[in-house]
Amino acid sequence: MRTLIAVLFLAGIVQLDAQVPADTAARRQQRTLDSLAQAIRVMQTRVDSLSRVPASEPAPAPVRSAGAYMNASFVGLTDFAWSSTRDLSALQLGDHDPHVRGFSIPNGELALDGTVDPYFKAFTNIVYKLDSKGETGVELEEMYFLTTSLPGNLQMKGGQFFMEFGRQNPQHPHSWAFGDQPLVLSRMFGPDGLRSQGVRLSWLAPTSWYTEAMVTVANSAGATASSFRSDESPEIHGGAAIDRAVASPRDLLIVPRIATSFELTNTQTLVVGASGAFGPNNSGPDAGTQVYGAELYWKWKSPTAHQGFPFVSIQSEALTRRYVAGARVSAADPSVTLPRETLRDHGMYAQVLWGVRPKLVLGLRGEFANGDDAAFVSTLRADRYRFSPNVTVYPSEFSKFRLQYNYDHRTGIDHTFIMQFEFLLGAHAAHKF
Amino acid sequence: MKSFILLTLATTAPIGIPRIEPPAARISVVATTPDLAALAREIGGDAVEVKALAKPTEDPHFVDAKPSHIVTLNRADVLIDGGAELEIGWLPPLLESARNSKIAAGAAGRISASLGVRMLEIPTSFDRSKGDVHAMGNPHFLIDPVNVKLVVAQIAEHFSSVAPASAAVFKANLAVFNARLDAKYAEWQKQLAPFRGAKLVTYHKDFVYFAERFNLDVVENLEPKPGIAPSPSHVAKVITVMQAQHAGVIVVQSFQNRKTAETVARQTGAVVLDISQQPGAIKNTETYFQLMDYIVTTLATAFQARK
Repeated sequence: MRTLIAVLFLAGIVQLDAQVPADTAARRQQRTLDSLAQAIRVMQTRVDSLSRVPASEPAPAPVRSAGAYMNASFVGLTDFAWSSTRDLSALQLGDHDPHVRGFSIPNGELALDGTVDPYFKAFTNIVYKLDSKGETGVELEEMYFLTTSLPGNLQMKGGQFFMEFGRQNPQHPHSWAFGDQPLVLSRMFGPDGLRSQGVRLSWLAPTSWYTEAMVTVANSAGATASSFRSDESPEIHGGAAIDRAVASPRDLLIVPRIATSFELTNTQTLVVGASGAFGPNNSGPDAGTQVYGAELYWKWKSPTAHQGFPFVSIQSEALTRRYVAGARVSAADPSVTLPRETLRDHGMYAQVLWGVRPKLVLGLRGEFANGDDAAFVSTLRADRYRFSPNVTVYPSEFSKFRLQYNYDHRTGIDHTFIMQFEFLLGAHAAHKF
Repeated sequence: MKSFILLTLATTAPIGIPRIEPPAARISVVATTPDLAALAREIGGDAVEVKALAKPTEDPHFVDAKPSHIVTLNRADVLIDGGAELEIGWLPPLLESARNSKIAAGAAGRISASLGVRMLEIPTSFDRSKGDVHAMGNPHFLIDPVNVKLVVAQIAEHFSSVAPASAAVFKANLAVFNARLDAKYAEWQKQLAPFRGAKLVTYHKDFVYFAERFNLDVVENLEPKPGIAPSPSHVAKVITVMQAQHAGVIVVQSFQNRKTAETVARQTGAVVLDISQQPGAIKNTETYFQLMDYIVTTLATAFQARK
C-alpha cells in the first residue's frame, strides 16, 4: 500500500512539473519515469513473493545417528520348554534350542557392525549362553570383514563366519521362524551350524535377474565343522578320531554356492539355490565328506502390506551327505575295527509361514532325516521325523513371543512345547530377504 | 564336486546363458520410494531412467530386501534415499550385497534427500518406550513443498555431477519445476486457507510436515506410538479427543488399517479419507503435482463438507 501511495505521489509530481522550463522538465520527467519503473519492479517482486514457496528455515545441526560409526545391538532369547522326555538335550540338537525342562537362556548376542574405511565393512557377533547347569559360556561366533569396492562385481569376506550353505545356516537364531534348529541341519552341521575361519569370494552375475555365485575356503577342523575334522565325529562313524593335520590345500573345507531369484509376479518372489561342502573328515587318513544341498524360498506379500503383513512364505531345504569313513578302531571297543564304508544321510525340512495381520505369524514345519545302515549304529543317523506348528506374536519390531509344539518321532513319539521371548536392544535391525 | 556341478546346472537350467546388458545412455537412478522417484523424473527428464524400490501402495518402513533390488542397486548410477532412517530396516543389507561404490554414502551418486531439511520431531533421547522413533526426526517430510524445493535442488546438483553433459537440462528442468511449484504452492495455500486450524486425525505420524505448512491441526494418531498397533484403550481416547475437539476427518494411507479408522469414524461421525503420500498409489497421482493436488483437494472438500 505504501508503494502505491508513493507511485500516486510521484504521478502528482509529474503533473506539477509540467509548468517548469522544458530542459529541466525533461530531466525531471526522466527521473520520474525511472522512479516509477523502480516502484513497479518493487511491487511486482512483492506480488511474486506472495505466491512463491518460502525459503526453508535453516536446518538444525544434524544429530548423531545411532549408527554414525558403529552399530551396536544386543539380542536376548529366553526359553521355557517342557517335553514328554526328561532328557531334552537328546531331543533338541541345536545349541540355541532349549535343553532342559523349565527355563533356559540359549542365546544372548552382542552384535557390532559398521564401516571400517572406504574399502571394508566389518561385523562381530559375540554370543553368551547358559548351559543346562546355568554356567555361562561365551564364544566369538562371527568376526569378519567384507569388501565394499572390489571390481568386477566381486566381494570378499574374511574371518570367522557362518558358511553360506543353503538358506538357514548363515542366519542367526533371531531370524529363524521356529524355536529350534531343523533336524537335518543339526545332523549335517552340528549344534552350532557350519562355520569356520576362512575367506569367501562372491560374484554377482551381470544378468537382469539376481544370480550370485560364491565359494568359501575355510579350515575344516573344530566342533563347528561337524561333518569334517571335528572332535565330535565319532558320534557319526563310531571310530576313534585320528589327529589329522592339514597336509595340503585339499585338507581345507570348500563350500561353493549359487543362488538365483525371480519376480514371479508383482507380489511373488522365488529364490532357489544349490550348495556344496567338501572336505576331509577324521575317521581315517584319506577319509572325506561331501554334503550337497538344494533350497527354495517363495514369498507372497500383499501389494498393500502394512508393516510387512499379510504374507505367505514357503521355505525348504534338502540335504544329502556322503561321508566316506576310513577303516577305524571302534571308540567303544578298541579291539574292534570298523570297516571302511560310505555313510549316506539325507534329510529335508519345509516350513510355511502365514503373516495373518501385523505382528501375528502362524507357522508349520515338517521335516525328516535318515541314514543308511552302517557298521556303527548312530542316533545321529537314525530315522526321525517331526512336525512343528507355532505361533509368533510381535508386540513391536523389537520383541516377540513364540509358542511352538513339536510332534517328534524317533523310536517313539515325544511331545515338546517351547515358549520363547526375545528382545532387541540398540541399533534397528535390518532384515535380509 | 561333479555332483555339485550337476545339481547347480539342474537348479539353474531355466536361466539359460547369462545375458550381458548393453550400457545405458541415460543415467540409471534408483529411488527408495516412489515420491523421490517422481521428483527425480521431474529433474532428470529424458536424461535419466528412474526406478523406485518400494511400491506406491506398500508401507515404506517395511519393504522386502528382495534379491531383484540388489541387481537394481548394483547397476545404479545414482541412489536417492530419504536419509532419515525411513529405510533403515531394509536398505542396508541391499547396499551391502549390491557392492556399488558409485552409490556409497558420500559419493556423487548418493543423494540423502533429508540433507538440509528442517526435520521435525527429532528425539531428545533415544528411547523405544516412545515407539519406533527415528533418531534423525520424522522421515515423512516430502509432502511439504518447502522441503521438496530443497530436495530437487540437491537432485539437480548430484545429477549434474554424475552426468555433466546433461547439466544444462537438469538446470532448466529445475527452473521449470520450481516455477510450477511456486504457482501450485499459492494455489494449495489458497485452497486450504479457509480451513486454517482444521482438526484431523491420522493413522501414523506422517502428516506432521503437511499440517504445519498448511496450518492444520493433527489432534491425535490412531497409533498410540509410532509403529505400535492401536489398542482398545487408545482408540477410546482418540474418540474422546475427537468428540471434544470436533475433529471430523481421519486420514489413512492405502496400506494402513482402515478398519480401525472406520470404527472410530462410526463413533464420532467423522469421515475417513484415503490419502496416500506416494505418487501412483491412487489413480492419476503419478506426479508430485498430481499427488499434492489430490491431497489438498481431498482435504479441502472434506473440510468444506463438514463446515
